[in-house]
Formats: sequence, C-alpha cells, structure tokens
Amino acid sequence: MRKVMFAALAAIAVTTSASAQAHDDQPPSSSEKPWSQADAYYGKETMADARRAVQAGGGAQNSFYVLFNQLEAQFSDESESLYWNGQASWGDDINKLWIKSEGRTSLNGDGTEDAELQALYSRAISPYWNLQAGVRHDFEPHGLTHGVLALQGLAPYWFEIDASAFLSEKGDLTARFEAEYEFLLTQRLILQPRIEANFSAQDIAERETGSGLNSIDAGLRLRYEFVRELAPYVGVEWQSEFGGSRDYTRVAGGDPDQVVVVGGIRTWF
Amino acid sequence: MLSRRHLLHYTLGAGAALGVAGMLPAWARSSSDGNLGITSASGTAFDLEIAEFPVRINGKTGKAVGINGQLPGPLLRFREGETVTLNVTNKLQEDTSVHWHGLLVPFQMDGVPGVTFPGIKPGKTFRYQFPVRQNGTYWYHSHSGLQEQLGHYGPIIIEPSERDPIAYDREYVLVLSDWSFTDPHRIYAKLKNNAESLNFQRRTLPDFLRDAANNGFSDTLEDRAMWGKMRMSPRDLADVGAPTYTYLINGHSTAENFNMVFQPGERVRLRIINASAMSLFNVRIPGLPMTVVQSDGLNIQPIETDEFQMGVAETYDVIVAPEDDQTYAFVAESIDRSGQAVATLGPRPGLRAAVPDLRPVPSLTMKDMGMSHKSMAGMSDMENRPTMSDMSGMSSMDHMTHGDMPRTAMGPDPHGPPTQLASVEASLKKGPGVANIAAMPSSRLDEPGIGLSDQPHRTLTYSQLRSLEPNPDSRSPQREVVIHLTSNMERYMWSFDGVKFSEVTQSIRFREGERVRLTLINDTMMPHPIHLHGMFFDLVNGGGDHKPRKHTVVVKPAEKLSVDVSAEHVGDWAFHCHLLYHMHAGMMQVVSVLPSTDKMPMDHDMMGHDMPMEHEMPMDHDMMDHSAMGHDKPEEMK
Repeated sequence: MRKVMFAALAAIAVTTSASAQAHDDQPPSSSEKPWSQADAYYGKETMADARRAVQAGGGAQNSFYVLFNQLEAQFSDESESLYWNGQASWGDDINKLWIKSEGRTSLNGDGTEDAELQALYSRAISPYWNLQAGVRHDFEPHGLTHGVLALQGLAPYWFEIDASAFLSEKGDLTARFEAEYEFLLTQRLILQPRIEANFSAQDIAERETGSGLNSIDAGLRLRYEFVRELAPYVGVEWQSEFGGSRDYTRVAGGDPDQVVVVGGIRTWF
Repeated sequence: MLSRRHLLHYTLGAGAALGVAGMLPAWARSSSDGNLGITSASGTAFDLEIAEFPVRINGKTGKAVGINGQLPGPLLRFREGETVTLNVTNKLQEDTSVHWHGLLVPFQMDGVPGVTFPGIKPGKTFRYQFPVRQNGTYWYHSHSGLQEQLGHYGPIIIEPSERDPIAYDREYVLVLSDWSFTDPHRIYAKLKNNAESLNFQRRTLPDFLRDAANNGFSDTLEDRAMWGKMRMSPRDLADVGAPTYTYLINGHSTAENFNMVFQPGERVRLRIINASAMSLFNVRIPGLPMTVVQSDGLNIQPIETDEFQMGVAETYDVIVAPEDDQTYAFVAESIDRSGQAVATLGPRPGLRAAVPDLRPVPSLTMKDMGMSHKSMAGMSDMENRPTMSDMSGMSSMDHMTHGDMPRTAMGPDPHGPPTQLASVEASLKKGPGVANIAAMPSSRLDEPGIGLSDQPHRTLTYSQLRSLEPNPDSRSPQREVVIHLTSNMERYMWSFDGVKFSEVTQSIRFREGERVRLTLINDTMMPHPIHLHGMFFDLVNGGGDHKPRKHTVVVKPAEKLSVDVSAEHVGDWAFHCHLLYHMHAGMMQVVSVLPSTDKMPMDHDMMGHDMPMEHEMPMDHDMMDHSAMGHDKPEEMK
C-alpha cells in the first residue's frame, strides 16, 4: 500500500515537471525584443524599462489571498472548543506559495488538541486544479512532520475539493479529503454543506488512529455575507469516528459520534 | 399610414440635404446650446493636468484621478486639418499617460506606456503634437495602471473641415462611466481571489424552485447540471456591477440628474461615449426613437432604432427629434442590469424624467458557450467537440503540428488558403488560463447584444451598420490572422490565444500597406470590446464597400467575427480588450506595422499575392511621416 502511494507520488512529480515544460513551450528566448519601434524616438534603455513594466502589469502580477473558511466555536454535550481551518496564498497565476492551517483548542481549559501548519508549493496544472507539494508540521498533539502531496481545486458541479496525502517522518501514510458546496438561498444568505474524511494506511497507536477510514465530519453552515469578505454563520456538524479510531475513542471513554453546534466567522481578503 | 418615425427619417434626410441647421457649425454656437454641465476647451493648444482630486457622488466624497480637476475631463474641441499641441503635466505620485482613443496619430504620440512611449513620470510634462486628420466624436483616457477607473477620461469632438453631413440644432456629449468608491486595485484583487464576489445577481435556490415550477423539475435540474458541469455561470454578464459601481452620465448619477434641454421640434445630436472601465451599457430613451448617424467617430447611414448595446470605448452619435413638450429619460443601463444612469431630456432646465425600473436580469444561454443544446448533452469532455467540417472555408488543420509551434510567433499559416482558420485549439485547450474553447463559434452580428433579443422594440445590430462614405480601401485581405479571446473566469485569467500580455515574446506583425483580415473568436462567456490603436476595423458584416469602420468592436460570447484592416501607419500599436481588468490581467497584445521595406518574419511568397502597393492609399502617407511631424527630436520630455 505504501509502495503504491510512493509510486503515485513519483508519478505526480513527473507529471508536474512535464506540465511545467509544456507550459514553457514558448519561442526560445532570443535577443529580439517583442516590439521596439518607439526605441528610435525615446531611446532603447528608456523603452526597455517601460516595456518591462507594461508587460509585468499585463498578467504577471502576484496576488495575495487569505481565507478563514472556518473560525468557529463548537459546542457539544461533552465539550466546547475553538476550531479553525484557514489558508493563504501568494504568487502569480501558476506558481504560488500556499499555507494551510487547521486546529482545535479547548474552551474548557484542556489546552490545544490539534494544531497543524502546512507550507506548500502550489502549481496550477489545469484550469481548475492545483497540484501542491510541501511539508506539514503538527504542533499538537505532539510535534510531527509530514511530507504533503495535495490536489486542490474546483470539480464539475461547483464542488470545492482538497485531497491531501501525508507521509510522516515515521513513515506513516495518512490522507484527508475535504469537499464543500454552496447553496445560494439569496445573494448573501448562503448554505454551505461540507464534508471532511480522514484515512490512514496503517494503525498508529500513539495517535489513536486505526487503519482505513478514521473519521467523517459532515457539516452544514448557514452564513450571511454582510460584505462578501465577512460572513458570520451558524451550523451543525456530525462528527463520527470509524474502525480502529472509534475503538480507541471508546476505550478512552469518549463518544465516537457527536453532534456539535457551531458558530463563527468566515472571512477572506 | 405614414408614421411619425417615417416622417422623422424623411425630415432628417431633407435637413441633411439642405444643410439648413448645419449652416452654423456647432463650435460657433453659444455653449448654452449644448454640452451643459461639462466644460470645454477649443483651439490648437491645450494644457492638461493629471492629478488627484475629491469628487462628490450621491453625497459621498471619493478620490478621483483625472484631468484638470474634472470628472470627466474637459471636452476637447479640435478642428479637422489643424495641428494640435497638448501639454500633459503629471501631478500624481505615479506614472500617467493620455491615449487619444480612435485618433489616427503618429504612433509615438499614441500614449501607451511601454509600447509607443515611456509614459509620463511624476512631475514631468509631455508634449503631444499631432495633425487632426479626421472628424467626429472621440475620447481620451489614461493608458497607465487602473487610472481609467478613477476618472482619467474625457470627450473629444472634432469639427469637420467641410460641411457636416449630419444636421442638428443642438448637441450634447454624454460620457457614460462606472464609478466606484472602492480602490481599483482592491477591485482587481477581489476578482482575482473570488471572481464572482462582485456579482450580486447569481442564480439562487429560490430561482431554481421557481424555474422548476415553471419548466418542470427535471428540465430545470438538467439546465443547472449543464452549467454546473462546465463550472460556468449563466449570470456572468459583468465582472463588476452595482452596488460596487455607481453609473454616471457626465459625472452625474441618476440622483444628480444630468439635464439636457431642447425646444420641441429641434433635432438634438447626442454624442454618446462609453468611457467605463468595465461596463457595457444598454442605451435607450423610452418613447423617443433614436437615429444613429455615427459610430466610433465615422458617419454611418442613418438608422432609426429604439435601443442599442454599447461596448466600452465605443461611441455612438444619435439624432433625436422630440416634438412634444415633455421630459424623456435617457437611460444607460448596465449590461447586467444591476444598475443604470438616467439623465433627463426636457423642454426646460431642472426637470426630472420618470426613472424606469431596472429590467429583469437576463441569463446567458448555451449559445453563449459556443455549443448547441444538442451537442452539450453528449459532451463528456472538450476533446469530443463536434467537427467543423460543415462550416464553409474551413480546412482541417493538423492540430498537433500547430501545437508544437511557438504560439506567439505563429499567427496565420502562410501556406494555407487566405480564408483558412489557422486553428490553434490544440495548444489552447491546455493550460490553466483557458477554461473553454467555443466548439461552435458562430456569427452573431445580427443579434443586438446580450439580453436585448427579446425586447418589444427595435434594437440595433452590427449587421445593420453601413458606412456613409464608401470604404477607402476596397481591396480583399491578403491574409487572415485568427485570434482567440481566451479566459479562465475562475482564476480571473484573460488572454489572447491563451497567452497573457506578460508572456508575449513577439508582437503580431503587419507589413505596411497590406490588407489583413483579423478574425476574432471569443472562447469566453463574456462580450469583449476589442480595440486596435492606429487603424480602423472595417467590420465584415455584409456591407460590401460600405462596411462600418470602427476603432472598437464588441465580440459576443462564442462569436466569430472578422474585420479587415489596412496597415497604413507604421508603428507599434496596442491591441487589447477595453474592459480594464481584462487588459490588466493580460488580454492585450501589440500589432507592429513594419515599414514595407522590412522583411516580414514570415514568407509571403506562398500567399500567391503581390503587395499591391500601387493601390491608392486612403490616407496621405506624408502626413504620417515621422520626420514631417516635427518629432525628429527624440526627447519629448521636459
């Protein structure tokens, strides 16, 4: 199983470099300028600077994006916690630095349960898909670093997808799949169903994770976009564990099936 | 029965023939006869200052960048045949420029930074000087950054050296624009991060339920599924709309009610300029027919209509002849119908015409995606697009061969027949910047524009336009250059042939004196007003030797249209979509007209055409000679 994932990783890496070459399939660089007739009037160097500037301003600009898709309090029968799931990117249309973070901290004084940060190189490989590779570091429950390979984008029928595979420094292979959709009830009142599923290729005792499907979080969030960039929301989420993970939770005295009520802010800029 | 409209048409013709009202040129009349609310300057020398200044719109103060502290900039009146000098001083903290839109000027006076000159640095003055060789309604605007959005635009009227064939009693210039209190760079960033975030007219779940009730659940679901499968929105009519934009007429919102006054029975000439950054407008005057007499500064055979859609940068001159002592609403409605600007045409100053309600928002159709409903159903991916062998004049191209060729250097295939379509689709459909390729692009010249097909009144189409004068160059084109208008709305990437301006390594090359057919294929879901500097498009619309000649032509979604161009004026000329943020994202190129003595990059012997240089050129080449312009001094900066 692990070998299969390694092979897939290698195959995707090859694909990426091939698509990089395909993208660079442009005329070989030559000393010839793209156009130069104004040089005769205003000087070669002056026009060269102006030409560089105007071309850079025609599609080579970098853009910056921050999204906190979820920044919310979660209330269940057992506990109250603060959950965040956000990302940021910086770069041009094709190449970006992509940061993702997800975590949960207790509002009952039990400290931070999970906190992870991913730093990825993201490359646009098709109109709707980005291939991403980089590292993830878990600060909680205990420090652990992973290699990451992810495919993020927009699937047909407007599903936002983020599928990631993680290989930890200890050799454990896990995966996460996130999908969300938006129903416009009005132009500003938006219902967002969202699902997150976690998988593991092996039993990881120290993380109380079984092999196979570990967990599914399925949520429904209703937000109101006062402005597009800032929308408070309320919602409900079903959080269930499966297989070995379910057993670990039961043994620890926890409830592997929970319904949580959420309230928070979705923001981007 | 002889309708009033027929009478109007008849009297217009009679007036033109006799020239009664045209005896006194408009510039010689007192300013109270027209152009109320917009200051003008005339003569041959002008001083323009580009600076930041506050403006008040709908009671709210905003920060404009514009000309001589006015929004829009002052109306410049030139006279055909004179040489004008314009000293443009930059009082901004950033570079600026002025481009004379539609004016045939020596290219080094055309005002495009990085293409025709270096731009105007802060604190510097640039002296533009050029002979005025045409007449009609034009405009001027910044070609630097996003300054157009901030108010850096103004109208130009050029009085003809000979008698104006258009007779009128008074005239108004109407500069349409889209104002935002949001910084344009912020607007662009929002589009980049979330391309639909400025659209507040998307289809909702209640829309679905209503459509399901009207059209049946399964049909409605199928419709939604088709759009969803393509990840496209039928409400993607404008990238930016109200409430981000406040629409203006001569700097006045609807509430500020720009006023035009007429005496019943007068013929009033309205010179309408779309100086928006991003907004196509539907223009109408309910209850008052309009006779269109000019488009893009060149006279056309008068045609009466009730409404027309106007691309950004296009101009239309219309004659209206209100006979009743009543007010009329001049309505400029944004193409997405999110907002409008309304001015009043009334018999006395200070009147307010009833403002019509915004009309229902139209939706795009499968036709706008470039495919029939039928072909859509069986479509599993873009590779399965229908063959185009049924379309005349198309040869089956070897896609793979073209895909391997350098894209920007390719242009048309010089070895093919002159009416070929040099298909570049094989390489186009790859890459993140191209989301869609119109499988079945078609001519849409006989359609009035998105959302106007079902109006109960007359709507203008490009196919109706005929030049008043015979075309100056009646040669057939010697070769065809095919250009795809390409985009990925989701990433907000816009380009020609999938290549952004930042990636261009070679301009499109024309040789001086040659006649080129430029065929534009719109692979996107939006209409694009395409503008080529330095030469006019002869729109191939069945007009024979009376094709309308335009500086800006709107290419509808999935439309394929052709324009013929005479490459008369040597120079590097900007070629771009006039939607500001599309240009900013990369939908721009340069057309280089190389001196005829230069060797073209491609071998033209295969074309089977000699350059017919003996053909009489419509323009006097000496006028365009650079040394004759007094611009042999290379340094114009003070």
